[in-house]
Amino acid sequence: MASISTSDFRKGLKVQIEGDPYLMIECNFVKPGKGQALYKCKLRNLVRNTVLDRTYKSGESLEFADVEEIDAQYLYRQGDIFVFMDNDNYEQYELSAEQVDDVWKYLKEGTVCSMVLFDGNPITVTPPNHVVLKIEYCEPGAKGNTATNVTKSVKLETGAELSCPSFVEMGELIRIDTRTGEYIERVKE
Amino acid sequence: MFDDFRPRASWDNLRLRAKLMRKLREFFDSRDFLEVETPILSADTVVDRNLDPFWVAGDHCDGTRRWLQTSPEFAMKRLMADGAKAIYQVARAIRGGEFGALHNPEFTIVEWYRSGHGMNEGIGLLSKLTDVLLGCGTSVRLSYREAFDEHVGLDPHRAETQELVAVARASKIDVPASLNVTDRDGWLELLLVNLVEPYLGVECPTVLYGYPASQAALAQVNCGQCAVAERFELYIDGIELANGYHELLDPGELRRRNAENNAMRRADGKSSLPEDSRLLRAMESGLPDMTGVAMGFDRVAMLAAGATRVADIMAFPFDRA
Repeated sequence: MASISTSDFRKGLKVQIEGDPYLMIECNFVKPGKGQALYKCKLRNLVRNTVLDRTYKSGESLEFADVEEIDAQYLYRQGDIFVFMDNDNYEQYELSAEQVDDVWKYLKEGTVCSMVLFDGNPITVTPPNHVVLKIEYCEPGAKGNTATNVTKSVKLETGAELSCPSFVEMGELIRIDTRTGEYIERVKE
Repeated sequence: MFDDFRPRASWDNLRLRAKLMRKLREFFDSRDFLEVETPILSADTVVDRNLDPFWVAGDHCDGTRRWLQTSPEFAMKRLMADGAKAIYQVARAIRGGEFGALHNPEFTIVEWYRSGHGMNEGIGLLSKLTDVLLGCGTSVRLSYREAFDEHVGLDPHRAETQELVAVARASKIDVPASLNVTDRDGWLELLLVNLVEPYLGVECPTVLYGYPASQAALAQVNCGQCAVAERFELYIDGIELANGYHELLDPGELRRRNAENNAMRRADGKSSLPEDSRLLRAMESGLPDMTGVAMGFDRVAMLAAGATRVADIMAFPFDRA
């Protein structure tokens, strides 16, 4: 595995630490007076999304992480396994329910997600910022009530529950912001 | 980026930089310092564990390897050995691997020497110049020992190395994996960077002085109760702007330090640097008692401009050079 030494450290580098892939989000060169050079880095764990502060001394090195991002289409779910396909080469990838986390709420067949591969294995999947899903079930709306501050819970075609304005109806399509998990608007078919 | 031919600094900052340079020259000219110029490409180089000079190969008429100067120190001391009383120089210094918010591998160094000055007078002149350039008022002086006593809670000259390690760990400082538990200066520097420097020069400029003898570089070591180097550094807002020495005069001691630095360089996995130099001959013929100071001009201009990166005050920093 190729390694990279401190003098080539820079923002945007993808490296491996204790077996996990990290993105270098900050790298500050610090050198006291006549002293040894230090590199104060912030690294984001690409699997857990946590941030690590690490200080390196000149001469130290890190292993490169073989990380790539691909577009992957959601195919289907089989028990706890979610199956995706690389749109370019039809290669299939499986993620566990734990890896998929909350993203299942927005996944319907054909949804194209961004997937991160580490050493060729999928580690995270991110849905598009906006998805359109059908309301599978909800209580009937109060006719004429267009206020958005009165909400009710609806069940989406993916099985997820979502809080929506009370005027939405069963069978309607709605647009959702996947970053906040919030209802945006109704969509005409 | 098709616009990368343009300067990084604004024209306002470039004009400010030029204005500061005029003030600086006025300061020295009015005090009878002679402005000098010395080679950037030299057969000699400073031998320091933590300074990595570039060298230039090729056809240099005499076929020897030439070093890009990390500071004009050696050549300026040769002028002092030949009888100069007070000299200054504005030069480019070049140091490998130094690139960050406060570093550019090629930077503008202002260096001056004044015979007959001890550390006290040297600090006085540096404070005065800094006030003239930045209008920051008079500096306060803080010894390395006082600074560690106040911010770290130990005596940096007497504490065992393992105490330094314990304090660093207790303070939740992130420690580089390769920092050896016996590398005393490495631990002192780690504590200085994390616990002391952020507080230096916040209210008014602070001159830190009296470094551990092991960090003397080219300063004299004053042998009192415990050996302390007559070295000083000026800080504003936690940023080091200048480094000065009551200069080492003894060629035997320089030889010893050169050998020691090269041994540490080899242990760090770096190449050795030439230990012999014309500076040694100058020292053998006799250097006057003197103080010398080097100031990072880009950092001074950066503070004057209210900027946070030296690149903001340079026409073409390293990534556009």
